[in-house]
Formats: sequence, structure tokens, C-alpha cells
Amino acid sequence: MDFSQYFLSILIWLPVLGGVVLLAIGDSHAEGSGWGGTMRATALVVSALTFLISLKLYAGFDNSLATMQFVERVEWVPSLNAFYYLGVDGLSTPLILLTTFITPLVVISAWDTIKVRPAQYFAAFLILEGLMIGVFSALDGLLFYVFWEAMLVPMFLIIGVWGGEGRVYATLKFFLYTFLGSVLMLVAFIYLYRLTGSFDLFVFMDVPLGMTAQKLIFIAFLLAFAVKVPMWPVHTWLPDAHVEAPTGGSVILAAIMLKMGGYGFVRLSLPIVPDGSEYFSGLMIALSLIAIVYIGFVALMQQDMKKLIAYASIAHMGYVTLGFFLLWWLQGDSGAVLGVSGGMVQMISHGLISGALFLCVGVLYDRVHSRQIADYGGVANTMPVFAALMVLFAMANSGLPGTSGFVGEFMVIIASFKANFWFAFFAATTLVLGAAYTLWMIKRVIYGDVSNENVAMLKDLNRREFIVLGVLAVSVLLIGLWPAPLVDMMNATIEQLIERIAQSKL
Amino acid sequence: MYNYYLTIVLAPLAAAIIAGLFGKQIRRVGAHWITILAVGLSFALSVVVLKHQLFDGGAVDNIYVYTWAVTDGLRMEVGFLVDRLTALMMVVVTFVSLTVHIYTIGYMHDDPGYQRFFSYISLFTFSMLMLVMSNNFLQLFFGWEAVGLMSYLLIGFWFKRETAIFAGLKAFLVNRVGDFGFILGIAAIVFMTNSLDYATVFASAEAVAAQNIEVISGTPWNAMTVICILLFIGAMGKSAQAPLHVWLPDSMEGPTPISALIHAATMVTAGIFMVARMSPLYELSETALAVVIVIGAITAFFMGLVGIVQNDIKRVVAYSTLSQLGYMTVALGASAYSAAIFHLMTHAFFKALLFLAAGSVIIAMHHEQDIRKMGGIRKYMPITYWTALVGTLALIGFPGTSGFFSKDLLIEAVRESHWLGQGPVYWIAYLSVLLGVFVTALYSFRMFFLVFHGKERMDAETKSHLHETPWVVTVPLVMLAIPSAIIGWYTVQPILFGNYFGDAIVVAGNHDVLAKIGEGWHGSLLLVQHAVQTPIFWLAAGGAITAWFLYLKRPDIPATIKDKLSVLYNLLDRKYYMDDLYIKGFAAGGRAFGRTLWEKGDQFLIDGVLVNGTANSVVRLAGVMRQLQTGYLYTYAFAMIIGLTMLLGWLIWLR
Repeated sequence: MDFSQYFLSILIWLPVLGGVVLLAIGDSHAEGSGWGGTMRATALVVSALTFLISLKLYAGFDNSLATMQFVERVEWVPSLNAFYYLGVDGLSTPLILLTTFITPLVVISAWDTIKVRPAQYFAAFLILEGLMIGVFSALDGLLFYVFWEAMLVPMFLIIGVWGGEGRVYATLKFFLYTFLGSVLMLVAFIYLYRLTGSFDLFVFMDVPLGMTAQKLIFIAFLLAFAVKVPMWPVHTWLPDAHVEAPTGGSVILAAIMLKMGGYGFVRLSLPIVPDGSEYFSGLMIALSLIAIVYIGFVALMQQDMKKLIAYASIAHMGYVTLGFFLLWWLQGDSGAVLGVSGGMVQMISHGLISGALFLCVGVLYDRVHSRQIADYGGVANTMPVFAALMVLFAMANSGLPGTSGFVGEFMVIIASFKANFWFAFFAATTLVLGAAYTLWMIKRVIYGDVSNENVAMLKDLNRREFIVLGVLAVSVLLIGLWPAPLVDMMNATIEQLIERIAQSKL
Repeated sequence: MYNYYLTIVLAPLAAAIIAGLFGKQIRRVGAHWITILAVGLSFALSVVVLKHQLFDGGAVDNIYVYTWAVTDGLRMEVGFLVDRLTALMMVVVTFVSLTVHIYTIGYMHDDPGYQRFFSYISLFTFSMLMLVMSNNFLQLFFGWEAVGLMSYLLIGFWFKRETAIFAGLKAFLVNRVGDFGFILGIAAIVFMTNSLDYATVFASAEAVAAQNIEVISGTPWNAMTVICILLFIGAMGKSAQAPLHVWLPDSMEGPTPISALIHAATMVTAGIFMVARMSPLYELSETALAVVIVIGAITAFFMGLVGIVQNDIKRVVAYSTLSQLGYMTVALGASAYSAAIFHLMTHAFFKALLFLAAGSVIIAMHHEQDIRKMGGIRKYMPITYWTALVGTLALIGFPGTSGFFSKDLLIEAVRESHWLGQGPVYWIAYLSVLLGVFVTALYSFRMFFLVFHGKERMDAETKSHLHETPWVVTVPLVMLAIPSAIIGWYTVQPILFGNYFGDAIVVAGNHDVLAKIGEGWHGSLLLVQHAVQTPIFWLAAGGAITAWFLYLKRPDIPATIKDKLSVLYNLLDRKYYMDDLYIKGFAAGGRAFGRTLWEKGDQFLIDGVLVNGTANSVVRLAGVMRQLQTGYLYTYAFAMIIGLTMLLGWLIWLR
């Protein structure tokens, strides 16, 4: 039997199904009986299987095509003319692969560190994985919206149930912030539906729209996506959510959920309202540069490791939005594709690096139960292997060439110079600021003499932790040394996207 | 040759990975053998490559290894450009690296991080080779940052020491300030040429120089000037030119072998190499060259002065390195790229030698580095003494030594660079390098006399243990002393006047000062014989004699001078207050700025006023609205009546 025509459905529903099974197994049986192992094994097998299937997606993906691949289209809500319409191109495939790659690592990392309701914890992550893949592959507006909002629920629970002390404030802030933004996206979809009689995203892309309508739709999308990215000044939910979230929640949040915002811009905003995007591109670039510089300084002063990495994420995501909106500012005839590919590579790379850094903090937190930089010092003395890996990820976070962190930043800086010297100038400040906040943290946490008894008692990575961080380290280096496979996957799609948005829809 | 190039680069990388990941399994002996063999192999093959370039008529190789990424018509690739400039750098890098590897066996003998250290220095060698062998700006930047990373890790090698990790961080961040300019320079190149490839960029250099970039709108600047100055900012970071020099003296917190390898012979010369490599670009912008020469001159003279008041043996050598890097930069600015590279080469040998000799003294002194607590070591450590003397003589340019040829002709080139005009730029440059000779001799012999001659000022305990260091330390000293003494004699003619570099270095016709000097060139012997007729010789002699008088003959005088000229002394002792400016100004200012943005921007304005403010407003509004729901019948009836009246009134009014 040939499954390839249902590939995306399998990728979405297999983990969701796995999650439901885990909920059925439940926690009441789990501990003390044989079920605990079965439950964890199920979670691992399901997520690993999903990853393996996604590799087939990678193998079967044709880089030379700019059209949608692995398309599935079934009637869904006939009365609304909504379809269960899935498909992937060069923009979504890398993000799906990132999702299926990160989730098993999160499962392994939580193996025995989650003591409360582990079955439900793993179930939440599996269901979340399916829904996120759904967002990246949905080509129908309504379906996209359903996945988009449904995704909030497991994340809400992950932070709300397994979070830290301030989790109620953080979850509420997280939920309201993101929900408020997304509701306006629904309004925009309904407007477009009324106009076209369809929820098909490609119909949305082709329909001519007046300038006022484009501006309003852009703003509606902007609120939904800017909150997710998050862009300055709607970013303050992120540090709070990260600080309160359990390690796995932080990893998924930083590695994948933030990318939804960036993905939304390239999948929806740019092609559906190109003139609206052009109108607001100056604002978008300004906000991106503020994120890079302003947040860079704010990150410098953080005392909490998770907050620091959260702020660093905002600054790094500034590169993504900067790269996406350069098109209309370029002085020559090249740079647009470079900017968008740079932004996309930056998203993948940031997914790996920030995920790895949150896992590193998790490793320390599991042992000492503190996220405060001041509670550490001299960790390298007792955890040399961990220290080596964390320094590697810190270097990647500072954009060192040879790591994935450099690739996207390099491409975006070059593209932005083609637009304006000062865009590149402010973007490049991250070379100094990024290194300053990351390495200053490393200096205080990793280096120095053993600072207290907790540090003296630390045990180095166990095998489980080593595998997770080691796999991430290899992938960070691989993309840094040879980004061609990733970039090639996106080229055709991005070239077509640029062609599309260069044409006015008025 | 392709396989040779790959082996030269990859052998140290492979050794570094093995020593780094499997240090426990291969143990200490395994770690040093595998890295030494790998670097030795790289050195041997580099010599073959150089020979091939020199004698076998080897063509310039420009080879691509693999494609890093292609997008938007921009090819980003990894490849090698091997010509005579590259080949020379490869030999220098691998040779110094090899001696340092051997020396490390002795210096790091008791260190628990033995394998890690060998892994790092091999990885550094790989990075440096990637840098010098690159044929494109992307890989150049990779090597550039990778050597910076290794420098960071090696300065902070003793990570328990607060000063060491602070120095590592400082070095990395100051270098990043330079790299900030460097990456903008690369972006500017891509903007103008849409290529990262050296050959393509050089081919379109003339066209670029004919265009302008408006950095400030309304003020067009020559595109080539913008590119060259931005790139040079990178060089200022890496080659520690004022005002980005502050990291280099602090880098002495690292183990001495890396001070020799990274902070004297190789990495810090990357900026010099880069500018020489980019000579086809720099030749098209006299403005940029003027900037280069002035920065170099300031560094050469003022950093030398600071060297006079330092008391840490390694810091004296460090300030000397700053000053000598300034000399090389001045040569670059005078379009005498060959002279800069020639001085880079001789300096690599004699400065690595001086650092290793200092390290040898430090080992014997049980890690005491204060020269005020040394003295009279000559008779305990004869090999160290004689090799250090060779290094010192080469540094001050004693006739016949390698440093004599490189520095004498460098200064001569600057003197001849009349194309700079007779304005302030020329005089700043020429006087700096000339007076710098006196300063160099003064600080060099001050240190030499204080360490090796005069009264033995160490305590009895140290004195009783004082003896020559083992062969793994002294053999590298001898290995470096030989080229320090003689290499100038044999190589000066081909490198400076024999068109050694061919097309690798481009000099505009009216800038060609070396050709002008070459007209009066009659061989090494004659230059040595005529040395006494030059002011350079007498300035050097004057410096050495002053040092002898002040520190051996009348050691009471320096203290008097220090008291009399306390303002000047403090200025030098505090390094022109540059560190204070950076640490109290920029670093503290940046942190205060970050705190303000965080507390006033994020917490107060966005979260306090906007986010929670909105939430609170909703709560308040709900509180007000709630007051209306009193539960008393008469309030509802009253509200109903008012509503009805208003509705009726509205309807009637409309009619």
C-alpha cells in the first residue's frame, strides 16, 4: 500500500492518536506498576516514528518544485466551502522536520524528571506536535485557524499544570496575549471568505484587494503573528511564559511555537496582502531592529538564565522579520530571496540553539532547582562534558561561523546592507551584544572556581541528557558547516514567493 | 597539490578532535604525540607547497572544495587560494605552531588540562590555516572568528582564575567590535559586486572604486574607501591596533605557549595578512591607506611607551607586540605590503622566541612573572639567556639579525612614501616609526637587564631551585633562535625586491616605495656595513645604552624619574586610561542602559502601563459597571424610565 498520499495526515494524527492512547493509559496505573515504562516507551516510540516518517517526507520532497507537494484535499465543512486541505513547500517542510526532530528529544529529556502526572505530560506534547505540524501544512484558512488555536490548549496546560510558582499569571498572560492576536486573524479570514466564498489560501492570494482592505488585513495578521514571534513591543509574555514553563515547554515554545509567527508572515501576510506588506514594511523593519538592539541590551541585565535566553530569542527572531520585509527597500535587483532565506534559516537554527540552551538550563535546574545565574559559578569543574556542550551552544547563540547561528544572521546582514547601510549597521550590533549577554552568562555560570556546595555536588550529564544535547550539537554544527541542503530546499519556493509579492494586487 | 592542501588543513583538525574527545583514552602521551605529528605533517607539506611555489614554477591555485550554500545568485563556497603569500604564511604558522606544541610538553607538564590544551592549540592551527588559505570572504570570516574563539578559550584556559576568564571575555568582545566592522565590510563588498570570491571581487575593484555609497544620505563616499575602512576595523580588532588594542595585554593571563603562538606570531598578524591580501582593494583608496598608516603609527609609538613601565615579564613582551604590529600596519599604509609581511615573518620568529624564553624563565621561577623579583638569571639558565639575547637583538634591529632587515627597510619605505604628501600624515608615520626604535630598544633591554643581569632579587627558596629548563623547552628556543638570527639575511632580497609575491600583492605605480629603495639595493652585506650611518642604528643603540645606564649602572634613577614625572608615569601605568574608559564607560554604560530599558521600558511602560494597565482598566471598568447592578427594583425602574425618555426624545427629534 502506498501511504505517500496520506503522509501529512499521518504526521499530524499519529502523534495526536499516541497522545490519546497515553491519556487512556493514564497515571493512576502508571507508577508502581509496569505501566510507567510502557507509557514512556509509547511516547518515545510514537515521537520517534513520527520523526522517521518525516524523514521520508524529506526524502520524497522535490527541491526543484515551487508548488505544493504531498497535497491532500478532502471536503470538510461543505456549508462553508472549507476543505481539509494539506500540502507542503520549501517554507513548511523544514519547519515540520524541526518539529518532528525536537519532539522526541523533549520526550527523552523529560524521561524521569517529570514526577507529577507524567502520562498526561507526554500526551500534551504528542498532541501539541500533531497540531503544530497541522499549522505548518494547512492550506485552508479555517483549518489553519483551528490548528492555530487548538495548539494553545496543550501549551496552556503544560505551563499551567507543570509550571513554576508564578504559572497562573504567566499562563493567563500567554493565553490572552496570543488569543487576542489570533482572533483578529479569524476576522480577516472571515472577511476574505465573504469576498471569495472560499477558505483556500491560494484563492486568498489571487484575489485582488483594495489598499484599505490590505492595510486592515495586514494589521489583523500582524497582531496574530507579531505576538507569536514575538516582536517588540508585544513580547513581554515570552519571558514570563518561559520562566514558568517546565523545560520541555520552554523548548517547544522557543524552538517551534515562535516560528509560527514567522511562518505566518511568509505564508499569509506577504502573499495575501503584498501592498499592505509594502506599506508597513518600514515599520516592520524598524520594529525588527528595535528588537535586535533594545532587547540585546535588556538581555544583558537578566539575572535569570531562562529569562536571558528568552530575551535572546526575541532579539534573534528580529532577524527573521527583518529578512522577510527587505524586499521593498532594496537598491539593486537582488537581496530579496537572500533576506527571506536568511530569515528562514535563522528560524530553523534558532529552534535548535534555543531549544538546546533551554535544555541546558533544565539540566542545571533538575540538579540545583534554581535558574538564577548568581546561584552558579564554576560548573565546569564538576560538569566538564556539560560545560563543553553549553559553551558550544552559547557560541552558536552568539552567531559564531561554523555553527547554524551564523548562517541566517550572515545572510540577513548581507541582504539588509543591500537595502540600507543603517539596517545592516543596527542588525550587526548583535555581533557584540549577542556575544556580550551570552558569554557573560557563561562566564558567571560555567567558569570560575566552584562557588558553592550545590555546584560542588553536581554530577555530570547522564547518558540520556548526553544523547539529547549531543544530537543537538551535531545538528548545530552540521547546518553551520554545510547549510546547502537546507537552503536548497527553500530556494525554489522563496523565488516564487518573491515573484508573487513583487506584483501589486490592487 | 589539492590533496596536500586538504591534508595540511585537516590533519590538525583531526588531531584536535581525537585529543579533545578521547583525551582520557589516549592519555597525555597520546594527546601530545598525535597533535605534534599532525602539525608536523602540516609543516612538512607546507614546506613542500612553498618549494613548489618557489622553485618548481607552481601556478597559483584557486580551488573550490565544496559549496556552502547558494541563494539569490550569491555563491557561498569553501575553497583555497594558494599563492606565494599563502605558502609563506602556511610555513610560518605551522612552524611556530610545531615549536609551540613541543614546548607545551614542558610548560604544561603538571597541568590537569593537558589533553584539552593540545586539542585547543591544534584546533587553533586548523582555524588559522583556514584563514590564510581562504579564497573567499566567507571562509576568511570563518577563520577570523574561529581563531578568535580559540583565543577566547585559551586565554581562559585556567578557568578557575577570575582574571583569566575576564581577559578571555574581554578579548572576545573587543574582537567582536572589530568584527562588527569587518562583517559590514564584507556586506558592502557583496552589495557592490554580488560576490564573495576574492578573484571576482578583485577583478571588479576598479569599477567599485568608481562608485559611491551614501552612508549618510546626501554625502556620497567612495565605495572603496568605505569597504577598506570597514574591513580595517576588523583588522584593528584582530591585530590589536589602537583603540581596539586593550585586549592583548590582558590576554597574557593565558598560558605562555599560546601567548607565543596566538598573541605574537600568528593570530594577531591576521589583520596584517588580510590587508596585504586585499592590496588590490586598498591600493584604490588613498584615504583608507591614510587611516591605516595613522592608526598604525599611533599604535607603534604609544604602545611602545607603555612597555617601558610594565613589570610583568609577559606584559612587556605584549606591549612590544602591540608596538611591532603597529609597525606592520604603518608599512601597510605606506603601500609597502611586502615589507609588512616580511616584518610579520621575522617578528613571528623572534617574538615567539621571546615569549617562549619568558615562559622558560617563568617555569624556572615557579610561575613568578614580576621582573622586579628576578635578576642575574644568566648564569643559571645559559640556553635561555643566549636565545633571549638573540630575540632581543632581533627585536631592536641589531645589524645582521632578521629584525634588522625587516625593520630598517620598513622605516626606509615609510621615509620614501612621499606620495602621502608632506602633510601631517607623513610626518606622524615617519617620526613614530623612527622614534619607536629608541623606545623599543629601551623597553627590550630594560627587561633583558632586569631579568638576566644585575642583582639576584628573588628569594632564597626560589634561587635554590633555579636551573635551566628541560630539553622540550630549550629545543624550541633554539629552533626559533636560528631563523630569528639569520633568516633576514637570506630572504630580504627576494621578498622585498625580487617580486617574490608576484600578483598576490598589487601596488599602484606611484605607491611603489619598495621599487624606489630597491634601486639602491646592493645586497645584505652592504646594508649591514652601512647600518652605522643611519639614524636608526644610533636610536637603537641609544635606547639600549639608556637601559643599561638606568637599570644596571644607576638603578636608583628610575625611581626618581617616576616621582618627578608622576603625571606621565601614571598616564603610562594606567595605559592612557583606556581600560577605565571601556570598563567604566562602555561596559558599565551598556549595562545601565540595558537596566533602564528593562525596568523602565519592559517592566514599567509595556507591562505595567499597557499590558497590566489594560487588564487593570478592565477590572476597574467592570467595578464601575458592577455598581449599576444594585439589585434594587427602583434603580432598574429608574434606568428604564430614563432610557425610554431618551429613546422617545431621539425619535421625536428625528422627526
